[in-house]
Amino acid sequence: MNLDPAVDRLEDILTNHSSLIQVERLYRYYGALCAVNDVSFTVCRGEVLGLLGPNGAGKSTTLQMISGNLAPSAGRVSIAGYDMQTQPRAAKAQLGYLPEQPPLYPEFTVDEYLSYSARLHRIARRQLAAAVSRVKQRCGLSSVGRRLIASLSKGFQQRVGIAQAIIHTPEVVILDEPTVGLDPIQIREIRALIGELASEHSVILSTHILPEVQAICNRVLIIHEGKLLLDDSIAGLRRRMQASSLVLVFRRPPEVGVLESLAGVMAVDQLDEGHVRLHYEPQHNPTDNIMRCALAGDWGLSELRPERLSLEQVFIEITGGQAPGGTEAVA
Amino acid sequence: MIAVIAGRELRSLFLSPLAWSILAVVQVILAYLYLSQIDFFLQLQPRLAGMTEAPGITAMIVAPLFGNAAVVLLLVVPLLTMRLVSEERRNQTLSLLFSAPLSMTEIILGKFTGLMIFLLLQLLLISLMPLALLAGGTLDFGVLATAVLGLFLLLGSFAALGLFMSSLTAQPVVAAVGGFGLLLLLWIIDWAGSGRDSTTASLFGYLSLVRHYEPLLRGVCSSMDIIYFLLFMTTFLVLAIQRLDAGRLPS
Repeated sequence: MNLDPAVDRLEDILTNHSSLIQVERLYRYYGALCAVNDVSFTVCRGEVLGLLGPNGAGKSTTLQMISGNLAPSAGRVSIAGYDMQTQPRAAKAQLGYLPEQPPLYPEFTVDEYLSYSARLHRIARRQLAAAVSRVKQRCGLSSVGRRLIASLSKGFQQRVGIAQAIIHTPEVVILDEPTVGLDPIQIREIRALIGELASEHSVILSTHILPEVQAICNRVLIIHEGKLLLDDSIAGLRRRMQASSLVLVFRRPPEVGVLESLAGVMAVDQLDEGHVRLHYEPQHNPTDNIMRCALAGDWGLSELRPERLSLEQVFIEITGGQAPGGTEAVA
Repeated sequence: MIAVIAGRELRSLFLSPLAWSILAVVQVILAYLYLSQIDFFLQLQPRLAGMTEAPGITAMIVAPLFGNAAVVLLLVVPLLTMRLVSEERRNQTLSLLFSAPLSMTEIILGKFTGLMIFLLLQLLLISLMPLALLAGGTLDFGVLATAVLGLFLLLGSFAALGLFMSSLTAQPVVAAVGGFGLLLLLWIIDWAGSGRDSTTASLFGYLSLVRHYEPLLRGVCSSMDIIYFLLFMTTFLVLAIQRLDAGRLPS
């Protein structure tokens, strides 16, 4: 979190110098439908960028355009200074891409498949075996090298997909929904793997799961109906998600009127037996006051938690509407 | 790079039972036709012995064998080409090729080369049959050579057209049906012109695959025919490259 404007400016300068991916005013139409509408951003070296949005927001289309699988209707993508339209070969050499559906050949063994991807990325025959065994080790595939891809579990197939994307040690790794369809343990393993990738590569990943972005990314883009709504750090996102409401649980709840009379409290909703939602003015957080009164009045306060907006609510907030949970919140 | 993609195609072909069963079925059918042709020749032989300028063993056996092989492979090659692009499109594995530093030309030529290596193997197996005649007689090697060249060029044309059809669709079966239909049409297109005015006849005759293949079976190696086949292959390969590239572009 950099509050100092000078530091921000310095960071900006550094950004422009070491940006690996530059996306400028990208548009893509499918017939009359505008899937991606004026999206621009940059990604720096060593950054993990999360592309967040609901299904159908245009995340995959954006990633397909960055990886050169789709040509944009308008706009420019450059990877490490190479333009994807005019120098696709040089640009793609810097890039590893895992689409939503991993591009695997089920009839191949893991070793065969990885050797093939390595050869496609012009790794010399002499370094082939070393590259394959290194990437297998990184992705935890060493034990399944001789198995057919068709016989692997979804989690292992996803790892093979990631291995394929990083086998030529590209500068940029693009992962489209890398954890979709996996069980919680596999998700954790893949997240750890992505976190490890960040030490050597810049990573862009797309997801519709907010905690995923919070867990592994250091910057987030929110995209909705093809438009880029937010380009912020994770800390910035967290700030936006703070709603000005508290949920309180009492064993011996006081009168609603008593709570309403506390300084800064604007409204009190009775939820369940003993559950209360309390909206307050953003400048006056009444937490201290409530604690004091609860102790003095023997209300049996057993839970006090600040409410966070859900991703959906953040969307609504960012698109200009008002979040359902905080009707009094300043827009 | 072309070799890498060709190697992958060949490997995938032989990892599935399709390649083996096609090699076997084609060989069995052609062997049957070949044996019945030998039988026919042996029946005629006493009469042929009395004729001056009688057709030799090459004209009597090799030419019909390669003629039959062309028809059988016209049915079979679309089955081999159908999956080349459309299956990758359907399984969404094309992005592996698209995100690698490759040009569309390399992708198409790689797939074409892989299939041609397989078809060369098939051609070798077919050519072994007439070579077996050497055990009991002599062959006109010039005619055999042009027949092999002719079948090679013809298979290249089948493969190029099939590859283009495969690049059009995500449904392998549609690609096979389309490829087979178009090949058959180009095979029999000269029927339309026959008996009519000469310009139509010569135009349709020129387009027909069979009109350019037959002279090669008789041992007539004309540069016109060879250029026709080369043009045919180039046209459909270029169309396939264009089509693959067009898939990325906005509609």
